[in-house]
Amino acid sequence: MAGAGLLGRVRAIRVLLDPVQMALLLVLLTILVVFILYPLLQVLAVAFTADGRVSLIHLRNFFARPLFREALAASLLSGVLAVVFGSLVGLPLAYFSVRFQFRGRLLLQTLGILPLVIPPFVGAVAFQQVLGRSGMVNLLLQEHFGVTIPFMEGLAGVVLVQTLHYFPFIMLNTAAALANLDPSLEEMAQNMGCHGFRLFRRVTLPLVLPGYVAGALLVFIRVVDDLGTPLMLNYTKLLAPQAYLRITTVGLNDVDGYVICVIMVVLSLLALWGARRYLSLGEYATVQRGTTGASLARPVRGWRLLLVWVVSGSLLALALLPHLGIAVLSFARIWSFSVLPVQWTAGNYGEILFRTPHFVKNTLLYSLLAAGIDVLLGAAIAFLLVRGKVVGRSVLDAIATMPLAIPGVVLAVGYLRVFHGWDFPGLGQPLTASWLILVVAYSMRRLPYTVRACDAAMRQIHASLEEAAMNLGSNRRRTFFKVTFPLMLGGLVAGGLIAFITSSVELSSTIMLVPRMEMGPLAYGIYIYMQSAVGRGPGAALGVVAILLVLAGTVALNRIFSRGTGTAFKL
Amino acid sequence: MGSQPFAAKAAEVRIEGVSKRFGETWAVREVTLRIGRGEFFTFLGPSGCGKTTLLRIVAGFAVPDAGEVCFDEERVTDLPPWRRNAGMVFQSYALWPHLSVQENVAFGLRERRLPAAEIRERVVAALALVGLAGMERRRPSQLSGGQQQRVALARTLVVEPRVLLLDEPLSNLDAKLREQMGHELTRIQRELGITTIYVTHDQEEALGLSGRIAVMDGGRIVQEGTPQEVYHRPARRFVAEFVGVSNVFPGTVREASPGRLVAEVPGIGLLEASPDHAALPQPGAPVLLSVRPEAMTLWGPEEKPAGKNAARGMVRASTFQGASVEYEVLLEGGRPVRVSTATPKGQRPFPPGATVTVCFDPADVILIPPEAR
Repeated sequence: MAGAGLLGRVRAIRVLLDPVQMALLLVLLTILVVFILYPLLQVLAVAFTADGRVSLIHLRNFFARPLFREALAASLLSGVLAVVFGSLVGLPLAYFSVRFQFRGRLLLQTLGILPLVIPPFVGAVAFQQVLGRSGMVNLLLQEHFGVTIPFMEGLAGVVLVQTLHYFPFIMLNTAAALANLDPSLEEMAQNMGCHGFRLFRRVTLPLVLPGYVAGALLVFIRVVDDLGTPLMLNYTKLLAPQAYLRITTVGLNDVDGYVICVIMVVLSLLALWGARRYLSLGEYATVQRGTTGASLARPVRGWRLLLVWVVSGSLLALALLPHLGIAVLSFARIWSFSVLPVQWTAGNYGEILFRTPHFVKNTLLYSLLAAGIDVLLGAAIAFLLVRGKVVGRSVLDAIATMPLAIPGVVLAVGYLRVFHGWDFPGLGQPLTASWLILVVAYSMRRLPYTVRACDAAMRQIHASLEEAAMNLGSNRRRTFFKVTFPLMLGGLVAGGLIAFITSSVELSSTIMLVPRMEMGPLAYGIYIYMQSAVGRGPGAALGVVAILLVLAGTVALNRIFSRGTGTAFKL
Repeated sequence: MGSQPFAAKAAEVRIEGVSKRFGETWAVREVTLRIGRGEFFTFLGPSGCGKTTLLRIVAGFAVPDAGEVCFDEERVTDLPPWRRNAGMVFQSYALWPHLSVQENVAFGLRERRLPAAEIRERVVAALALVGLAGMERRRPSQLSGGQQQRVALARTLVVEPRVLLLDEPLSNLDAKLREQMGHELTRIQRELGITTIYVTHDQEEALGLSGRIAVMDGGRIVQEGTPQEVYHRPARRFVAEFVGVSNVFPGTVREASPGRLVAEVPGIGLLEASPDHAALPQPGAPVLLSVRPEAMTLWGPEEKPAGKNAARGMVRASTFQGASVEYEVLLEGGRPVRVSTATPKGQRPFPPGATVTVCFDPADVILIPPEAR
């Protein structure tokens, strides 16, 4: 008996230390530690040491500076306000699009995702043109009523742009939760005598809350992370621009920059932690799907229909304003202090296609590479998480999820700290001097999304499908290529597309990491062009290219999922 | 249980000429029923027969295109679900995952704005009734399937509904638990004396639990009666074959007199029946004869008990099922029949290939009236 017990234990250990899986795990862990964990730890180390000793002195200094305190308060405020206003816009639209049947419902579902396809900093420029001090609306107001409204001044402008850019996260996540709700849960409440607003408050709302919280969390984290919008609107009293300014103007050794980074990470983590209670309950909606399945969407008529049309129409019009503004601007030769451009041209497109084609080319190159890397890493990580038995998988999962809470600015600062000033093996120059740093940054930032997509795809493949192939005489390798891989393909492509779409308009880490002007991608190009008045036309043209790129990726993504719009943007 | 906490105000349910169409298909077609106070009534039928739609019409989740639903004298056809007080138990249980067991059961009482103390008392009593005392703090996800089912039942009963509607409540339970919950359901139903409508596709469940059954097919009720009536006197071939297993022989009437009918069945010859009901068909009329497998017996090839219908055949397959042996016998005319006999003691069952005589009593031959189309 003792012998059998020993043998059993040896077998168990052999499974836990499976050499192939172990090797894969080690390679993956090395990559993740070098490009995610270590840079982050470096940022922490700089922020929390003084004269070679652990110290909180820098943190105390941070809170002693009124500018930093204001920036922290403003970042928090902008995050909270964007969530509040985003909810005001997103929740009614989510409810209308799921629960009501009316003409234009499909339009609402389709247009609702469009704000996400315009990079927020591009939207910021467009909003300036339309709502700015000398924008379309204020010029008209001045002409007819002699007043102007400062829509875009200070924090208000930042919040306005961010709200209208990010509200689809709230709308899509809430709508998904609503649509997945088992109808019998609400019918049961009606059966018990509950209806109308009480039904919504006692049953529908609590059940939809996890979806809503997931969306709100995404909005908050992205807003705190957003560097492009405040820079474009020239409002720098926020954490992200402060960190950027410290590092780029004062220098890489400025401790304050690192402390700001730490504060930003803490904000993200706090938000994640606060939301976890609800997110862990995320399985609510689909726990017990009834068989009756009757759709709860009901037709609306009369004044209710009018209300639905007016509310969704005006909200969408506002949210799609930047798309219109940017399109007009891209064809304008001169557009300032006038309601519409005075002269039209197609020359802006000539400029970006022939004089500075590298912006578009670089974007395609970097984003495709990053997407490819993410698919490889994501598939390998998902394989270990779902099918692997080797020890240490949870560590892998934890590190691969970390980028969700690391703002782009922080990761960029970490990279500058770690990879600056020494030749990267096999590269002959520092990593930060090569455009590869951008590819690395993009792929690491988007890794959690691809891992998630691959993981989901992998979990859908029941192990018995593979076992059936092996049972019929197919070996491990052939089983993988003939059964597992084809079934995973959809998830892999989807994961890659998500990485591609979001990388192609990434600005926060780009601005800090671009080694030389000609290595810059599209987002960087827009940023550079928009610095000068004459560059706004070509900048807008680049913006249109960015919109088209993201739109194409999103359409492709929805074709793959064919489950309605916005799958890529749901948490 | 002692004094009953739930003074059931059982209602009589009347369904009058109810029809409901989804697009081009009729889900429910001209259904008229009267379900008495305190009765345990079952809608039985295959999936898609309209039984669940009919139940949802009674609950108020679907509005009929035509016809009326009444609880006692009150017309409820146009009342929304929340004004009907018709307690429903869903197939999926529909326990709210964000609420504890206590909160789930208290939900309807809170809707009725009862004082907190009374709510507490009644929740405790309801959970005791279904055997779940002490589970108040649990979440639905922490309960087994059977326990979830009991919570769903308690939640519905605690509001003292006028009628209890059960939508395939046992279908998500395993076989053992299903039987146990079935007994429990009948016990509770009898104790409370509550009018109950039960929807199922399982004929054993329907026969075992119900006071009366309505067998449904294609949105219509094809037969209504006690379990015994439905089983022993199927009104249609559909009922004979859906409720239990039947051997059905189409034939032509040769002789008909009260208590005795002779019909000629192609391939078998003359069969005798002793109908004790209904109008006798005329000689020459087509007729369907149905015989239950357990009404048939097998004998040796040369044996023929007196006074019985007999047909020779060959055993094609036999399955030992413990208490009984199930045979598939191919009659000499080429017609297969199923025979179920009690396992003989100390005697080997007929092996496949054996030649046998299939016998059955004329009294066990059921006459099915020709389909009225």
